[in-house]
Order: sequence, then structure tokens, then C-alpha cells
Amino acid sequence: MTKTVTDVICPFCGTLCDDIEVVLSDDGKKILEVMNACAIGNEKFHHSQAADRPKRPRMQQPDGSYKEVSYDEAIEYTAQMFVKAKKPLMYGWSSTNCEAQSVGHEIGELCGAVVDNTATVCHGPSLIAIQDVGIPSCTLGEIKNRADRIIYWGCNPAHAHPRHMSRYSIFPRGFFTGKGQQSRKVIVVDPRPTDTSNMADYYYQVEQGRDYELLQAFRTALHGHWLPDMVAGIPKEKIYEGAEVMKSGRFGIIFFGMGVTQTLSKNHNIDAAIMLTKDLNEFSKFSIMPMRGHYNVTGSGEVLGWQFGFAYGVDLSRGFARYNPGETTSNDLLRRGEVDAVFVIASDPGAHFPISSVKKIAKLPSVAVDPHFTPTTEICKLHVPVAFVGIECGGNAYRMDNVPIDTRKVVDPPEGMLTDEQFLEKVLHRVKEIKGAA
Amino acid sequence: MAEYLIKNGFVFDPAQKIKGDVADVAIKDGKIVKSVEKPKVIDAKGMTVMAGALEVHAHVAGPKVNIGRIFRPEDKLFTYRPTEKNHRMEGGFSIPTTYKTGYAYARLGYTTVMEAAMPPLFARHVHEEMRDTPIIDEGAYPVFGNNWFVLEYLKNKELENVAAYIAWLLRVTKGFAIKVVNPGGTEAWGWGLNCLQVKDPVPYFDITPEEIITGLIEANEYLGLPHSMHIHGNNLGNPGNYTTTLDTLKLAAGHKAKNKFGREQVMHHTHIQFHSYGGTKWADFESKARPIVDYVNKHKNITIDVGFVTLDETTTMTADGPFEHHLTELNHLKWANADVELETAAGVVPYIYSPDIFVSGIQWAVGLEIALLSKDPMRCYITTDHPNAGPFTRYPRIIKWLMSQKAREEQIKAFKANDKVVNASEIASIDRELNLYEIAQMTRAGPAKCLGLASMYGGLKPGQDADVAVYDFNPDKEHKPMEIEEAFSEVKYLFKTGVPIIMDHKFVSEGRKRTLWVDAKVNENPQVVRDVKEKFLKYYTVTEKNYEVVGKHFIPNPYAIEVDATH
Ligand SMILES: [Zn+2]
Repeated sequence: MTKTVTDVICPFCGTLCDDIEVVLSDDGKKILEVMNACAIGNEKFHHSQAADRPKRPRMQQPDGSYKEVSYDEAIEYTAQMFVKAKKPLMYGWSSTNCEAQSVGHEIGELCGAVVDNTATVCHGPSLIAIQDVGIPSCTLGEIKNRADRIIYWGCNPAHAHPRHMSRYSIFPRGFFTGKGQQSRKVIVVDPRPTDTSNMADYYYQVEQGRDYELLQAFRTALHGHWLPDMVAGIPKEKIYEGAEVMKSGRFGIIFFGMGVTQTLSKNHNIDAAIMLTKDLNEFSKFSIMPMRGHYNVTGSGEVLGWQFGFAYGVDLSRGFARYNPGETTSNDLLRRGEVDAVFVIASDPGAHFPISSVKKIAKLPSVAVDPHFTPTTEICKLHVPVAFVGIECGGNAYRMDNVPIDTRKVVDPPEGMLTDEQFLEKVLHRVKEIKGAA
Repeated sequence: MAEYLIKNGFVFDPAQKIKGDVADVAIKDGKIVKSVEKPKVIDAKGMTVMAGALEVHAHVAGPKVNIGRIFRPEDKLFTYRPTEKNHRMEGGFSIPTTYKTGYAYARLGYTTVMEAAMPPLFARHVHEEMRDTPIIDEGAYPVFGNNWFVLEYLKNKELENVAAYIAWLLRVTKGFAIKVVNPGGTEAWGWGLNCLQVKDPVPYFDITPEEIITGLIEANEYLGLPHSMHIHGNNLGNPGNYTTTLDTLKLAAGHKAKNKFGREQVMHHTHIQFHSYGGTKWADFESKARPIVDYVNKHKNITIDVGFVTLDETTTMTADGPFEHHLTELNHLKWANADVELETAAGVVPYIYSPDIFVSGIQWAVGLEIALLSKDPMRCYITTDHPNAGPFTRYPRIIKWLMSQKAREEQIKAFKANDKVVNASEIASIDRELNLYEIAQMTRAGPAKCLGLASMYGGLKPGQDADVAVYDFNPDKEHKPMEIEEAFSEVKYLFKTGVPIIMDHKFVSEGRKRTLWVDAKVNENPQVVRDVKEKFLKYYTVTEKNYEVVGKHFIPNPYAIEVDATH
């Protein structure tokens, strides 16, 4: 008899769907089927079962090849690296649980590390904008139950967050939104037509890099002030019309993504988007929310926030926490050659950082903790494979609206395999021993 | 466990009516005991000895506190203290890191703290932060005053169902008490609206704030919970709101506390300073502390905490979403809002209580008037609604103002518009100076009783938890005001549950903090079980199974207080 585990949390994107059902083999060891998940989530569950996944740590040899080593050796290498380094970088954290993050931070505090997460190349500019002007927001259920105006700006959930529209925004029938999609008007702003813009009642094909102008134009139009004939490639009539759509709703939401955070103007785009939201609260009820990518990048910011007061780019090297994006952020540190060891966990800078940064990582003492083989694990001196969080162990994660959901263990990890948290605990213990603090 | 004897201190313990007698306090196995055999002796000669203090209302853990931390990097400037032995690094002023929260309360002699507003959907977050707050025992109040289940049950006058739902929610969120914030008004805020008066209807739900308040008082007493219904009323912060507050307080009339914990009140009105304003606009803003305190003085079934304004730059945060929107429109500082499906909302806005602004000065006066006009210190507690009226780390300064008329006069003189402050309040004519016994009532015995925790906390009677604070302060000597503030800023010794935490001003341990929650047993209630199931299927965005807080990673050391509410 197969058995089905219900209410499983998908450890893929910031949508953090928690209604996944996983069918297991008789012995409970093999995942046979995954239900309710999107294609990417489905793939993640099945991929965890791949026969060729790494099961023991691997150390880079002088000739560039890798040799299997024991976890004990891996712990020793990692601990020694931390203790010897003057200013190690601890990067990643977005695809692991809050408990692992917490242990990692303690190591960082003891060793004077810089702790940074993937926001540094993703929603970091959003966090800077929030520090400038705040953020009126809400949980995703508020949108499901109340929202009649949905705006997706610079993001394409149809591909990046596939169940976002059906679970939370355009389609669901909620308490005050019994008619589902029919009760809502959808606006999409994107320089390219996408599968998301195909859903829109109002599509704005903004000129590349001109989001800031268009956001400010909407603010102007809200109050009926003068606009030039065209702003950011959009005729003024369409802007006035869009402003009227926004104002006339009962409850609206702006979701925004990398199309505005990582293009020209960066945090200034988000400043403008947040101020547009704030202005809209003079007429209606409006919220705004970043479409966070990795399933627990939000959690990394939260844990750093309550432990040190800053959500990313936290420099602990002086014995107290400092934060200065552009100075204490990973790529800036790497490019300036300011860090002398690199610890990567639960992310893949080898694939996502500029090549100049990747080359620096490859030259330094370095450890990559990741269940997969990735471009990062192939340049780091040590690769430590671990269990999949959310599949082979549980632990807390934060959804894009900051709602905490405890992920669920579905199957055992391969025999003898450590979790992120266990590995970090052992490294922490060893660091304390070396430093004579145990 | 080791034994300790704190010898020859001046002991202030309202639980035993000890008013500064020189006495010894003996500790064994985590408890206060009559005597010990081979103790480690702590010489407290010439010092003040009290039980560990209790915080009844502070925003120290959870989503809105962390929004504050994350969106205010400026709050960390010049505050950081590096890692030391037995001591993680700590920073932040009005929204300290969790580690600082634990250490800072301990330094003040506080050993138990209640987080004042837990959005149920975010209970895990609150618990994770409390887990990372060392030393102090903590509990958290889930918010109920705008919860859809509660609104619907109360609309239909289904007391048993609302009680069963409350018991369920306390269990799944590991919560401690029934918190109510701007009843009905926060739900209205879902549509950008508000309920300013107790008779304003809540949009769609067809109920009024007064029905919510009364219903929750009844549910609280039906369950016999350790604490009472704990309310932040409607119309907070506005000129002329004292009438709304009186309307709110009157709703306690005719209700009697029913519980086995020794609690006597049925309503705790929090940060009442923010609710005691006269005038019609900011220009004619004035104190109405007296009518409020007169009412409270006469009604024994009400307790209050003050919410003293400390005249600092701080961070306001509350589940009163519409209020924070109102505030950002007033001061034009950055605004965060966080509405929570089916349950509540929150807003966060920085605020500067400047001694140069007369309204801030009057607010300062209102807080002190409430405490100084209060006839029963067992029913009026020191808080700053941290961090709303100021950070809790200012308690020593508040104690100074309460104990010294001279200190108050100095502050009044320092106000830019001191004549306006004096004219719009009666603070300048009050010469009462509180004594240490009264301070101990307001910070120890009183809050412990109000929380239903007097058997454990707030006193030095044999059998109580050995939470003991020793201050380097000789009450027999004359003191300059500043010396009072300094002495209460840092305990010389602190014990938590019999474990030495601070010895000679140095941290020696992080103790073994506990998380308090209330486990109320009620009759089986299939109706509520069905309603919960339905709401999760239709309206929540998490499943019912993924709602309950379970596991040591959230609560490593739980302490359940059991209540039998089966009828
Ligand atoms: Zn409060």
C-alpha cells in the first residue's frame, strides 16, 4: 500500500504552497507521485530522488578533480577555514530553514564573518526602498478575500511563481470576492508581452528601463494633474485610465519583481511604487508586495533582522553588526578582494554572480553546502552535500508575505547524510573548540 | 542545585507586605525557601532587594517588531555592544535585537515579559523571536478583537462557541491571553475605514466594538483564564478620546472575575495614557488623566498600565492599523502596514516625542498624572507600551520621575513650551512622590496578580520562583534624582528561577527561559471544529494542518498553565 503525505510545503519559490500531496512507496522511502505542485515544484521533489546525487562531501584536489572525504574531514576543513579567515563571507541561506540560518549566524558572530543572502542580487533594492519610505502590505489571504485590483509590475508569475495567480490573486474566490476572476481587474506592466500580460485587462508595455517615469506618472494622474502626451512609451490617456481603475477599486495590490528591482533606477523604482501605493490609500485600500524568489529568502532576512537588526549584507567582522549595501554586500566584497574565505549555503552564486566575483570565489578557501551539483559546488574547494530541506527534513520558512510556515519532512535523507542545520551545528561546535570557548 | 542567601538587604515585597525591612532571601532548587544550609552568600547590605519585575505589555517579538528593526537601520546607530562571554552581540534602541531585549530587561531586574500582540497566523514568528530572547520567561497575547470567528460568534451571541474557539486558538498558537486592539476598527481597516466609537458598526459584520468587548470579557470569565481581557480601546491617540475610553471602561461594570488564579479584574486597559486626552484638536489638546483615573480608582474590576511617554525618538507599532496610517499622515515619516487575513492588521511608523513640541510634553504629563493620581498601585503598572511611547530601557527614568517631584520640575523646565504643558495638565501641582514599596507594587506584585501568576512571580514568599533583583540603592539615604535613575538602570545581582544571571553587574548565565502559554480544556465542540475546517478550506491561505505551532524549534522550553473550563 502506498501512503500519501498531505499538507506538504513546496520548498521552491516564495509562494510557499502548503497543499502539496506526496505519494510514497510501501516502505515510505520513495516518492512516487507529487500532486498539486507546479511543474517546477514537482521537479524539485522528484529530483531529490535522483540516483546520481552526491552523498558524501568532496574535496577539490590540486589537479582540480574531486575526492570523496568524510563529514568529519569536511567539518574540520570548514571550521579551520572560519577560524583562520580574517573576514569570511557566508553567502546564500535562501533555500534552507531558519534553524540552519540561526546556527550559521552564531558561527558568523564568533568568526567575524559577513552574512549575506540572495536579496543582494534580487530584492535588496526593495529592502533599501522600504528603509526609505516604508511598505504598506498585507498577507496573501487579504488579496484572496478582498482584492478587486491586481497589478503585476515587472514580474512574470506565470513562469516564476506558477501557482501565485490561482492561489492568491487573480482566480481564487474569497470571502468578499465570491466571483473570483470576474470580480477583479488585472493590470500588468512589463516591457515584453508575457504569459502573465496575456491575463491582463490592462497591459502597459513600458519602455525598457522607464518604470520610474511611469510610476510617477500614475501618481500624477491619480490627482488629475497634467501629463505629457507620452510617458515611458504609454499615451497619457491610458495612464489616466489606469489611475482611474486603481482608484475605483475597494482593495488593490501591486506585486513587483526583478523587472523593477534590477533594472535602471533600482531602489528608486521601488520608492516610487511604494509611494504610489501610499497615495492610493487616500482613495481606496492598497498594498504592495515584492515577489520573493527563493522559498526562504524572506526567512533569512527575518532571522538576520531579529538577531542583528538588518536583513542582508550584515558585516559582523568588527564584533558588532554593520550594514551598508554597496560596501557590506557580497559582490562588492568579492570584487574588492575584501574577504579571505567563502562559505556558500543553499544558493548558487556560481550561476548567478558576475564572472569577476565567481573567479574570486574559485581562488579562495571555500565551501559549498548544497544537495545538488551546481556551478558553485564545482568551483569551491569543498562541497558538502546535505539533505533537502522541506523534503528530507522540516524547519521553518517565510512566505513572500512574511507568513511563517513550518516545512514538512516527507522521506528520510540517504543514510548518514546530514542536514544543513546538523552540519552547521557540528562546525559551530568545532569552531568553539578551536577557539577554546567550548 | 546550588543554594544562595541574599543577606541583609532592604527587602521590598508587597506579596508579604514587607516594606524595606532588613532581611535575608534564601534560594534553593529554583525557589524561594525559608532557610538554606550551605549557601553561597551574597552580601546585599545597604542595597534594595525585590522580586524580579514583570512586564505586562511590550512589543518585543514578532512580525511588526521585526518590520521595525528591518526598516529602521538608523535605530542601530551608536547602540551596538559586541559579543562577550555569556553574551551575544546586542544592538538597537527602540527596537532592540532579540538578544538585547533579553539582556536589557535582565539588567533592569525584569524576569518575565509579555509580548502584547501576537497575530495568530504569525505565531511561529513570535515564538522564534522569543526563543532567541535569552533569560526572561515570556508569553504572548494573541489578538482576538477583529478575528472573523469571534465577530461571527459574538454577532450570534454564541458564548460557548467563542470560548471554545479561543481555547483552540490559545492552544494552536501557544498564546497566553485574550488581547483586543481597536475592536472592530482594525477589521474596518481592511477597507481603509475605522471604528472610532464603541457604537460604530463594523462594516459587513454587523456588530459594534462594545459588543466585541463585552463578549470577550464574558468569554474570558467563562474560561477562567489567568489574565483578563486585555484591551487597547478604540480612538487611540486622538484629542478628546477620553470619552471613548470612559465608554470602554464602563463595559466592565457588572462583570466579576471568575478564576482560580487570584485575579480580580475583568478588564485590563493598556497604555491608558494614549486614551486620556481632552481637547477637540491638537491646538487645544489637554490632559484628561483625572476623569479616567477617578473612574479606575472607583472600580476594582479594572486594572491599567500607563504607557509613559519618555520623550525619545522611537518606533510606534500596533495592531491598530488605521491609527498608524493616521500617524504617517501627521508626521510624514515612513509607514509600514501588514494586514493579516481573517485576523488582524499592524502598522509601524517612527515617531519623535520631542520636548520642544508641546503635545509631547502634555503626553508626558498625562502618563505621570495617571500614575500619581492612581490610588491603588496594585492596579496601575509601569509600561511604555514599548516601543510606542518610548523604549522599556527608560523605566529607570520613569521611576525617577515618579519618586521625585524635583525630577519632574526639572523636566517641565526643560520643555520649550513649558507654560502650555503646565496649563493643559495638572502635573505641576502634584507633589506626590512614590516610594519603593509602591514601585514594587506597580512592577512586581501588581502585574503578577493581574496576569494570574502571583503564585509564581512577583514576590519573595517561600515557594515562589526565585526571581530576585538586587539594586545598589540604599533607601535610607537621601538621593539626587539622577542617582535613582542610575541605581535602577542596572541590577547588581539577578537570579532567574534560582539561577544566577548577573553577578556584580556581569552576565554569568543565560538561564533557561520558559515560554508560558495557557492550555484551556473545554467541552468538545463539533460546531467550532467544523467552522475552523471550513474557514481554512475557503479563506485562509495556509491549511489547517499547517497552522499550529509545534516543536522544540519554536518553543524549546514550554510552560503550560492549565485551566479546566469544561462546563
Ligand atoms: Zn501595545
